[in-house]
Amino acid sequence: MRSKTCDLSELDILKDNMTIMCGGFGGVGSPPSLIEWILDSGIKNITLICNDAGFPWIGPGKLVTEKRVSTLIASHIGSNPEAGKQMHRGELNVQFYPQGTLAEKIRAGGMGLGGILVDVGLGTSVEEGKEKAVVQGKEYMIEPALTADLSIVACKQADLYGNLLYDQSARNTNPLVAQAGDLTIAEAAEIVQIGELDPEQIVTQGVFVDHVIKSKGVDWKWVWELKREG
Amino acid sequence: MGAETRRLIAERAAREVTYGMMVNLGIGIPTLVADYIPASLDVMLHTENGILGMGGSPEAGHEDGNLSNAGGYPVTIQPGASFFDSAEAFGMVRRGYLDLTILGALEVSGKGDIANWIVPGKRVPGMGGAIDLAQKAKKVIVLMSHTTKEGYPKIVQECSLPLTVKEGADMIMTERAVMKVEEGNLYLLEVMPGYSVADVLNATEARVNVDHVRGQTY
Repeated sequence: MRSKTCDLSELDILKDNMTIMCGGFGGVGSPPSLIEWILDSGIKNITLICNDAGFPWIGPGKLVTEKRVSTLIASHIGSNPEAGKQMHRGELNVQFYPQGTLAEKIRAGGMGLGGILVDVGLGTSVEEGKEKAVVQGKEYMIEPALTADLSIVACKQADLYGNLLYDQSARNTNPLVAQAGDLTIAEAAEIVQIGELDPEQIVTQGVFVDHVIKSKGVDWKWVWELKREG
Repeated sequence: MGAETRRLIAERAAREVTYGMMVNLGIGIPTLVADYIPASLDVMLHTENGILGMGGSPEAGHEDGNLSNAGGYPVTIQPGASFFDSAEAFGMVRRGYLDLTILGALEVSGKGDIANWIVPGKRVPGMGGAIDLAQKAKKVIVLMSHTTKEGYPKIVQECSLPLTVKEGADMIMTERAVMKVEEGNLYLLEVMPGYSVADVLNATEARVNVDHVRGQTY
């Protein structure tokens, strides 16, 4: 069977103005080597879709800090003050969604649906400008699905077909993001042969994954590590 | 607010946890509540980033970068724990399985409206999972300081900040008081150590019913 492992330098897919979806939650489960690859490419004006803006030097936060992102679709930016500064200066357009709604919009994109019906945020500013629908007597907002030109995810193990297994709470948005990319690249701590992963355990099916790369490992320090070191 | 006071509030909040509950704890004082929930209650702690059955902090040196709470800090897991993606993490909340969520707030109204995710033009961190949790949990407890740093009441007649949820709070606990919201009315239940009923009322803008005061908390 054809292997999906690849050399990133041979992929000519990164372009200005593209929409990139990135897995992870507070940087945990974000793909460090793929983020570095995007930084090194120099592309700008990215629309970035991710759970949150990470920390200034952790996860997708780096892309924001380096001003490569013009639109950020997320649920939270509180842990990345740089994102807040850019937003207040008018340099970064931020679209906020309740975390569960954002996850479900991404899931809908990956599942080939047009969107979801959700009532989370009715009665708050979340409903401003939203299309509504009454279904079975209950009011919902219509939230369109999200997809991206490129999805990048991190996982514990990938086989050569692109089947993925995750690591504890580093799973978070990764399985959803993996499904929602027009093109999806998975960064794996370990790449194994086909047949080595237990079919009952596989979380993301290889059909959703286009390329697999070996991770160079996390190249940032976690906040709790920095605190411990003083 | 001092560490001792924060612990006092967390300890009081933990008394609302009952056997077998699924509970989500927000960042700040709510995180401390975990330390006061007896293991005998078989509580399942839920996190937005995909753990049901979260445990306490690991010993120094045993942290795992891929096992953390929603704030990004290392945690452990309890027997029976499971990991799942973010859609499932919120699916179980929307579907109504979350018995209790304990969260912080910037303002709460006497009717239970909660504002906790944005100060327009100043601090715009985003709502994260707060709206999902506050709207869908069976019971919502707000833990916060009774007043702002400048001394203004945070329990107000009407919230001035954009809402997280309308009529969502069931209880409010601060360094001064334990209150409950029932059918749009605010009731003072207990007064925290060192404060009097008058101290609570003087620092509260919303109308408070004092017919059900049970006395001091401790």
